Amino acid sequence: MPEGLMQLLDPEAIVLGSDASTNEEIIRILAGRLETLGYVKSSYADAVVHRERTIPTGLPLERADNVAVPHTDPEHVLKPGIAMGTLKRPVTFANMEDPDEKLPVGFVFLLAINDKDKQIEALQSVMATIQNPEALDGLRSAGTLDDVRAVLG
Amino acid sequence: MSRQKTILFACGTGIATSTAVNVAVTEAMKKRGLTFNAQQAKATEVPGLVDSVDFIVSTTPISASVTKPVIKGLAFLTGIGKDKVLDEIEAQLRK
Repeated sequence: MPEGLMQLLDPEAIVLGSDASTNEEIIRILAGRLETLGYVKSSYADAVVHRERTIPTGLPLERADNVAVPHTDPEHVLKPGIAMGTLKRPVTFANMEDPDEKLPVGFVFLLAINDKDKQIEALQSVMATIQNPEALDGLRSAGTLDDVRAVLG
Repeated sequence: MSRQKTILFACGTGIATSTAVNVAVTEAMKKRGLTFNAQQAKATEVPGLVDSVDFIVSTTPISASVTKPVIKGLAFLTGIGKDKVLDEIEAQLRK
């Protein structure tokens, strides 16, 4: 099981079963949480939305609900953090490797990163979760923070 | 093996997914007894840096003007097809 992601997620930056219907909507919801919590500047949300259009972050996992990891340049970040959103119905993100391909995404990990050397563990922890189908299935059905804790440990 | 090779890891920002891929490749190649020099960059910076590296591992598309080998690194994020990509990287390092 991916250990430790729960320690890296601010509980107030977790949104479960969002009704968002576009990638911009869920990015702005999660970015708003990170901004309120003091992780990012007010410029962060626009920067991530803009970046997602040109350099998308959808990851194809051969599932009906794939993962996206939106993020942007460090100048918009005040301190490192991760927000997580699960979606009631998948929204469309483009594939990171092939921007012409659209992917249904059910899980969004919004990354606020400003120092790669200090955030390797955080990135590894996110990737371990992405690569764990049981963890994603658990997150999909999670309705409370306790459910999330049970999945992410 | 002759001189140590240099891999340029690229992604959109040069700090997020390229870091994850760099770490994953470094650990996997160590197990295969191989070391290399690593650099990281934004995908848009690759054309200006490519002369000093042996090949590129990228999670995002790289300009077609780049003539060095480009290996797709998304497998290290998704976990799907990772072993095949590791074999490709090992082959490039042993060249």
